[in-house]
Amino acid sequence: MTLLITVFAAVIATTVWYVKPAASRLKVGLLVWMYWGASLMWLVDAIFEYVELKAAYFTPDPIDLLNDAFLGLSVVALALAVWVAVLLITDPNDRVKQALRRKK
Amino acid sequence: MACFAVPAVEAVAVTAVAFILQKRETARATQVVAGTDSPIEEHKTTLSRKLKWLRNLLFGGAFLLAFEHVWHGEVVPWFPFLTAVESGEAAAMLHEMATVGVMMAGVITLVWVGMVLVSNALEKRAAKLQPRTADENA
Repeated sequence: MTLLITVFAAVIATTVWYVKPAASRLKVGLLVWMYWGASLMWLVDAIFEYVELKAAYFTPDPIDLLNDAFLGLSVVALALAVWVAVLLITDPNDRVKQALRRKK
Repeated sequence: MACFAVPAVEAVAVTAVAFILQKRETARATQVVAGTDSPIEEHKTTLSRKLKWLRNLLFGGAFLLAFEHVWHGEVVPWFPFLTAVESGEAAAMLHEMATVGVMMAGVITLVWVGMVLVSNALEKRAAKLQPRTADENA
């Protein structure tokens, strides 16, 4: 479930990066790299688990499924939080600078 | 247990190589500007930039996997940071790093090699099309 959620996040981030011209400036590429890197690593993890569990890999216990889904969403949220932090620090649209100047 | 450590170590090594290469490329570009070398090919992606793609994939994935390990209680914020070492399962942890970890780093590197090959092919195609387009415009 974690792998599935991360792959969906990677595909959505890649699509946004490709379709929106402003995405590169807004560092959407950072999300693309993080999600694809994690997806590939979890894919390897899934292959090893499949080799060990065989068909049982596809019928997990509901509690494990729920925990994995919760983890997947948390991973997506963590990457988004990192992206927002980088965006605010690099401030490509000078929004933070403008806000700070306004307060003075 | 600590499989993400292998891609993380590779990421550090790749970062160092990319840094050294970028310095050399910058020095070479300066020489070109001074007119002491052949003209620079502007459409070509430099090797250091391609290495940064690999670095980003490795660091991004290792970071999110590290979070997963914290989630499962396999990595803790106190010494020795890995619960497998604390509970005497270091051999199992090293085995996992040698199998799953190495495979993770290998798959990411293979995907990156594919990306570089596609990028090289696209650059070659663009270079072939460029003179033809220039002729058509003339």
